[in-house]
Amino acid sequence: MLRIRCPYCQEARSEEEFSHAGEAHIPRPANPDASSDAQWGEYLHLRRNPRGPHREMWVHTAGCRRYFNVLRDTVNYEILATYAMGERPADEPEEGAL
Amino acid sequence: MQKYSLFSLVRHARRHHEGWQRAWRDPAPKKAYDTVIVGGGGHGLATAYYLAKVHGVTDVAVVEKGWLGGGNTGRNTTIVRSNYLRDESSHLYEFSLKLWEGLSRELNFNVMFSPRGVLNLGHTLQDMRDIERRVNANRLNGIDGEVLDTAEVQKLVPAMNCSPDSRYPVLGASWQPRGGIARHDAVAWGYARAADAQGIDLLQNTEVTGIRMQNGKVSGVETSRGFIAARRVGCVAAGNSGVLAAMAGFRLPIESRPLQALVSEPLKPCLDTVVMSNAVHCYISQADKGDLVIGAGTDAYNGYGQRGSFPVIEHTLQAVCELFPAFSRVRMNRHWGGIVDICPDACPIIGGTPVAGLYFNCGWGTGGFKATPGSGYVFADTLANERPHPLAAPFSLKRFETGALVDEHGAAGVAH
Repeated sequence: MLRIRCPYCQEARSEEEFSHAGEAHIPRPANPDASSDAQWGEYLHLRRNPRGPHREMWVHTAGCRRYFNVLRDTVNYEILATYAMGERPADEPEEGAL
Repeated sequence: MQKYSLFSLVRHARRHHEGWQRAWRDPAPKKAYDTVIVGGGGHGLATAYYLAKVHGVTDVAVVEKGWLGGGNTGRNTTIVRSNYLRDESSHLYEFSLKLWEGLSRELNFNVMFSPRGVLNLGHTLQDMRDIERRVNANRLNGIDGEVLDTAEVQKLVPAMNCSPDSRYPVLGASWQPRGGIARHDAVAWGYARAADAQGIDLLQNTEVTGIRMQNGKVSGVETSRGFIAARRVGCVAAGNSGVLAAMAGFRLPIESRPLQALVSEPLKPCLDTVVMSNAVHCYISQADKGDLVIGAGTDAYNGYGQRGSFPVIEHTLQAVCELFPAFSRVRMNRHWGGIVDICPDACPIIGGTPVAGLYFNCGWGTGGFKATPGSGYVFADTLANERPHPLAAPFSLKRFETGALVDEHGAAGVAH
């Protein structure tokens, strides 16, 4: 059972209050009409899916209903950081991930 | 290979069963092979077997980081069926089901395939419409299927609560009589033994740590037991496919998540078919030794931990107790998780990659066990001829660029 600290509510709550919303920091192509099929397919479908620290989006569905970012280890499920949309985490344990 | 038969059993019984040959060798890795298969689960072992059997390619090694069949092959709920909605997927799974029907004889190993029928329950009007559509599609594709009403379902499964007063009443079901269950470990062992007999090296406790490439072409794999050169590499690593793809420098449209299952204490026979329900989310069958085998859903987030979260188990057991009130006092013996590789369209990826000579067979997600023989067959064909097998062609990695997805997730609404 994960306990996730919502950066807006400032409280650690059970994972059942939250919904996972996929990998974080995937920029939408600035001009979709100009992107090739390969670029658009990459944006839509390709994911890092790392074994280890992973940046992902969560939404506090049963709380403030706002989206935020989580840095979580996908092997031992430890939550290394949670941070608001548009922010960078205080400590970045992996380089070149974003 | 020592043939298993009633006569050999009697012969060995007279010698107190001390003379049986080992089922497969434990060879030291050679420096180079024609083809290396990464992943010694059911799909990888089947690939190796069909490479030798059908295509005569025997200079093959299967590289497995743990023990054979210790990943998702040993962690699923052993359901076999082929009632998929889309033409592409139903052809592939039906091909596989036909191989299941003769598999024990083919491998000279009892895989305990038991075609006891599979029920997919409908709980809402829309469920029933989807079931009618899917059964009609199946029949057009030559796959057996019937739509049953509540009374017919109740007759097949007397223990199930089909009362109209339940929270999600059973309105009917689709019924595939040729579907059923099999013994998951036996499938891995049977393929391993038959592949080994053809001269294929099964390298256990050998973890791939890197993929070596030269000029955009694969030249071998780095392993925990040294470098192994290969002309072709086929990766069949389920949940760890993304890790292997990263070693080769590309990404896959796959996310890895734990899928959980659990078994109860052994009971007397009480359920002689497979019951699956999407709407309340559970699937349940009774293994030959009496335990109820229960499948839960995937965690909603990525993970490699081979264990799942408790809320998912709780949700599934609620559904089981609702459908089978008599099971509410059954104690659960064990529960575990396997890491499944989920594609956006819930269909596999079979075929070539941006690296020449490197092939992937992955993305089977939550439904790979039933496909084991078919997956191995078409992947072996793809590797041997270096072009996709006709049944595998719609499942290329390219579809995520062209947009020709095979949308099984929403359309069939399949619980795997």
